[in-house]
Amino acid sequence: MSGEPMIPASIIIEGIRKSYRGKRVVDVERLEMKSGSTTALLGPSGSGKSTLLSIVGLLEKPDAGRILLDGTEVTSRDIAARLSMAAAFQRPYLFKGSVADNVAYGLRLRRVPTARVASLVSLMLDRVGLADWGSRSALTLSGGEAQRVALARALVLEPRVLLLDEPLASLDPIMKWRLARDFATILRDSSITTLYVTHDQDEALTVADDVAVMREGRIVAAGLVDDIFGLPADEWTAEFLGMEPPLHGVVREVHDGVAHVDCGGAVLYVVSQFLPGSHVLVGVRPEDVMLFAGDQELPPSSARNRLTGTVTNIEHSGSTFRVTLSVGSLTIASRLSRAAVAELALMPGVVVTAAFKATAVRMRTVGADEAGAHYDDGSAPGTGVLSTGDTRG
Amino acid sequence: MGIFIDAFRDGLSMLVTGAADVWTIVLVSIQVSGAAVALALVLGIPIGFLLGTKRFIGRRMMLVIANTGMGLPPVVVGLIVAMLLSRRGPFGNLELLYSQPAMVFAQLIIALPVVAAVSAAAVSAVPRELRLQARSLGASRLQEALMTLKEARMGLIAAVAAGFGSIISEVGAVTMVGGNLAGKTRVMTTAIVQYTRMGDYGPALALASLLMGIVLVVNILLTRVQQSAERYER
Repeated sequence: MSGEPMIPASIIIEGIRKSYRGKRVVDVERLEMKSGSTTALLGPSGSGKSTLLSIVGLLEKPDAGRILLDGTEVTSRDIAARLSMAAAFQRPYLFKGSVADNVAYGLRLRRVPTARVASLVSLMLDRVGLADWGSRSALTLSGGEAQRVALARALVLEPRVLLLDEPLASLDPIMKWRLARDFATILRDSSITTLYVTHDQDEALTVADDVAVMREGRIVAAGLVDDIFGLPADEWTAEFLGMEPPLHGVVREVHDGVAHVDCGGAVLYVVSQFLPGSHVLVGVRPEDVMLFAGDQELPPSSARNRLTGTVTNIEHSGSTFRVTLSVGSLTIASRLSRAAVAELALMPGVVVTAAFKATAVRMRTVGADEAGAHYDDGSAPGTGVLSTGDTRG
Repeated sequence: MGIFIDAFRDGLSMLVTGAADVWTIVLVSIQVSGAAVALALVLGIPIGFLLGTKRFIGRRMMLVIANTGMGLPPVVVGLIVAMLLSRRGPFGNLELLYSQPAMVFAQLIIALPVVAAVSAAAVSAVPRELRLQARSLGASRLQEALMTLKEARMGLIAAVAAGFGSIISEVGAVTMVGGNLAGKTRVMTTAIVQYTRMGDYGPALALASLLMGIVLVVNILLTRVQQSAERYER
């Protein structure tokens, strides 16, 4: 709004609890949103995501816990803090009035001069692809158009914190992906600290830097997108993210920064710094795994991992297919297009070779007790610290 | 049909010459009902807002009272107010019986539940999420409430029309607490009753036409406001 460069805010939430009618819906020990980053809050319906968003946005009071904005505790009575935030929700509730009136709403609350309001509104409408739509009645818009207006209404305030609650869930697929890409660009350009609630992991992958996975009110995993999606924290998270549970292995040797990891007999090559003898969990995204017919000569490539196994299951997963194969005692999943499945004539029992790069494999150490995965910074899973070191080595 | 023609002629001449204090009667009517509607809006819209948006103990009972109050018989209101203000009543020492304030008070009691119940219905139709959205863009409690009332404006205009309609044509309560004193508490409805009883159809018809005219003009005005508000309804 001021035209001066804005300093993005950092948010830390601590010990937040909220119950409705005796039922605990949110119970988050800690979650940190780094300044200028987009954090996707991912979880199934009813996991408490939206309530947590309302609490972070100071729209709802938690029963316990505190929210720190740039290190200072803030509450819903803190006007300055509330004015530094803006939100858009799943259904774009627009005010009766013109599109421009809607976008101008928050600016007027902030007593921005009329002439400046007009120029900011038209700039923002242009940015969301609705230039010259200002005088239309807001209630005549389609879902996608309305969602753009809702986003413009929040973004025009140049908030330091932006809260988006399933902003694309009510849209058709074409509009959804167009807007998801737009969101990603806008959020990256504006370096606003954003909390993005969604149940759609593809959406989270498109827009987010960090991801926190929520289950029954708790945060069960949090970290960089690549880490969380590359190597799920536990079996539930793996299943929710459409992945196989992480594989257990032991680092046998390390050559030139590439670890040779023994996973139940099969050897995986992983780019990493771990020492020989380390007990590790490894995982690979299904979309990073290519499949080739068993008798086919593999093209020369940097895919150092080549494992031959038998297809055990093929299932639809949106527009793609998810193919599971067993390699000895290991299970590996691959995501393929319909054409690729047809070309390889895949069906259960067919022998194929899976190939993936040593850089595509995510790995982390596990304690000897194997109580669960540990983060590099020593925090236990479930605490939801989003400041884990980058384990991509 | 001679009776109508004669009455029309008498009434017209009376309006033109200003005999029988016709304009005083009209003025008192507008003063009393105008003040009652204004007070009913000032009190009724906030009550309606609370009933329509907040959850609190006793809310349901208050809604029942407001909805029942919409059908409150004016004569019952007249009776109760007359008793309250009578010499032996609890407020007898105020000596308000047979005065304009007493009529305003009685009409307020008739209009208030109407305004409150219609406003509550209008306000409760505004989605909770819209209020949350306003708050999330930085609206204070007051700004959020103003936004809600603005969203519910069509219903609020209906509340004004219903409140005004419930009292301008009312005769029972104003007779009982006003007493139909010429030049003081005589209003159009009570005057029409009196002239008709006396067989003086001319002035009765003239006042009846004026009453109809006022109701019509007020509703035309409200409809115009509603139409201008309708611009962004779809």
